Amino acid sequence: MAKKPLGPVRRTFSPWEEPSNQPFIEFQSVTKTFGDHIAVDNLSLKIYKREFHALLGGSGCGKTTMMRMLAGFEQPTSGCILLEGEDITRVPPHKRPVNMMFQSYALFPHMSVWDNIAFGLKQEAFSKREISARVAEMLRLVKLEPFARRKPHQLSGGQRQRVALARSLAKRPKVLLLDEPLAALDKKLREETQIELMNLQEELRMTFLIVTHDQEEAMNLADRISVMDAGHILQVATPGEIYEQPSSRYVADFIGDINFFECTVKGMNASVATLDSAELGTTLQVEVGEKPQLGSSVTLAVRPEKLRISFEKPEGENQNILQGEVWDIAYMGDVSIYHIKVSQDHTIRTIVTNTTRLVERPITWEDKVWLAFDYDAGVLLTA
Amino acid sequence: MTQRSSWFNITSLGLGFAFLYLPILILVIYSFNASKLVTVWGGFSTKWYAELWQNQQLLDAAWVTFRIALVSASLAAVLGTVAALVLARFGRFTGRTLFSGMIYAPLVMPEVILGLSLLLLFVAVGQERGFWTIAIAHTSFSMCYVAVVVQARLAGSDRSLEEAAQDLGCPPFKTFFVITLPQILPGILAGWMLAFTLSLDDLVIASFTTGPGATTLPMKIYSQVRLGVTPQINAISTILIGLVTLGVIIASLLAKRQRLAQTKRG
Ligand SMILES: Nc1ncnc2c1ncn2[C@@H]1O[C@H](COP(=O)(O)OP(=O)(O)O)[C@@H](O)[C@H]1O
Ligand SMILES: [Mg+2]
Repeated sequence: MAKKPLGPVRRTFSPWEEPSNQPFIEFQSVTKTFGDHIAVDNLSLKIYKREFHALLGGSGCGKTTMMRMLAGFEQPTSGCILLEGEDITRVPPHKRPVNMMFQSYALFPHMSVWDNIAFGLKQEAFSKREISARVAEMLRLVKLEPFARRKPHQLSGGQRQRVALARSLAKRPKVLLLDEPLAALDKKLREETQIELMNLQEELRMTFLIVTHDQEEAMNLADRISVMDAGHILQVATPGEIYEQPSSRYVADFIGDINFFECTVKGMNASVATLDSAELGTTLQVEVGEKPQLGSSVTLAVRPEKLRISFEKPEGENQNILQGEVWDIAYMGDVSIYHIKVSQDHTIRTIVTNTTRLVERPITWEDKVWLAFDYDAGVLLTA
Repeated sequence: MTQRSSWFNITSLGLGFAFLYLPILILVIYSFNASKLVTVWGGFSTKWYAELWQNQQLLDAAWVTFRIALVSASLAAVLGTVAALVLARFGRFTGRTLFSGMIYAPLVMPEVILGLSLLLLFVAVGQERGFWTIAIAHTSFSMCYVAVVVQARLAGSDRSLEEAAQDLGCPPFKTFFVITLPQILPGILAGWMLAFTLSLDDLVIASFTTGPGATTLPMKIYSQVRLGVTPQINAISTILIGLVTLGVIIASLLAKRQRLAQTKRG
């Protein structure tokens, strides 16, 4: 709620903004229960052709269940799933034009890399020549040509991951499902593979649906992210929107770092709301789209990097100004996170980029400092 | 303390093994006895083994036994595998707990009772007893061993392999043959080997379910021993021991290979 328009954003791909576009994949009020546990709760979601969509959420929120329902391994308890407008809810897995890369990779241990990749093609009416050509192409794509004759147990984790990827891509499925595909890789390899995945998706022009609990991965890869919690989707939006305009406190907190100020709405003036913060003992101003109800309890959320820190009292219009004392500094190399104590029991986090190589910081422990953030830097949350 | 307990360990181990294997060792040694007297050593000789080949009755019994073991082990391998698959793969169905409990029952049931109940069954349905009744009886108890071995293998295998195959367009039935079967094959072979050896040396159940013309080797040996132990019996028993030992070794090697394959994959 309380949405305000983002500044001009250049977007080349946004089919979801055109209401007349037919979704490629559609979950219609899908519910899935295991016994009396509700894994997915009356959930609807539209994914568009050639979209890279991420399901993001903590462990156990129902991401894998969503994916398994799309692949056909689980039947929804109620609701239906459409692919290109056709109801595929009752279609068995082997007849769905959807391929999945399993979290465990699920490589066939008794088959060579080559046979693993060829497996899906052999199930269709492809000639031997076509199969060889396609497998060779896939091996090249994932840079595994020298390993074609190896068995999965003779490969490293990263190589296995690429075999699994090649195998799921070999049939050129309409949708590629990726269940935590990079979870088992180390950080560097993960980042490299993320870039490869993005390139692949652009090259092959397929629809990708990725499941992840890693918010950076989702932000990095996806055109749009669905943030899930306890079987519900809380927000579906582009990474930028999710980060800058989270729809709820949960989403704001789940993605990145953020400061919350509990306030009550005191007044409205044009597009600026005045909030009363009991914790800070001051009033704060925020620019809003939708007008909040006067007197209601709201949360003002401000990302640490939106706060400016200085020794002198900042000058200028349209900014909130707070005074505090440096309580703690977390040195991260590229940036430092300052914890500023602004009242008896409230500290605010702000990020300062370490632009100089000075180990002696200009602002240091127990300094009295000023914090400032613009009226349009914060998001007003009611949920 | 450790010194004493290890001395104790070695002694008890030695006594235990002596108790287990000394009688067998004596039997093997006396099968190479030149003297006709079973308890008097008269020098080394393999003449009793040569004489075995002249004893048509013994050879016939051995041939019957071998065929029964072959048939019953093969039937047990198929049925036991199917039972294990149902228990491990088809989720919860009514009576699953009862079924999985019942699969273990014949492992602990006294053989006499198994034999007797099978005999009663064959009599009730009016089945003439002979080769096939023994084979069926052996199948019915050895398939439980196969089921247990295969089920262990299935429990350790990755379900997502089958899902991956289906995801790639392989129908469920074909998936079983190209993905599941290669995974559990060592288990099935080990189970087959076990069933084969169990059938080879069974006396009790075979005695209950046999009929004219179907005398197995253990039955033959038992009836001859009642007339007195001859060195020939020692010789045939030694061969039998050799076969059973070989069977058990192969079965355990297969099981070991399957464990290795499992850890490699993990
Ligand atoms: N086959 C199943 N039987 C029972 N409960 C299940 C099954 N699959 C998933 N669940 C439960 O459903 C919830 C969602 O699981 P899952 O979709 O795997 O979560 P995620 O992938 O988001 O971590 C979890 O609480 C999990 O325990
Ligand atoms: Mg999961």
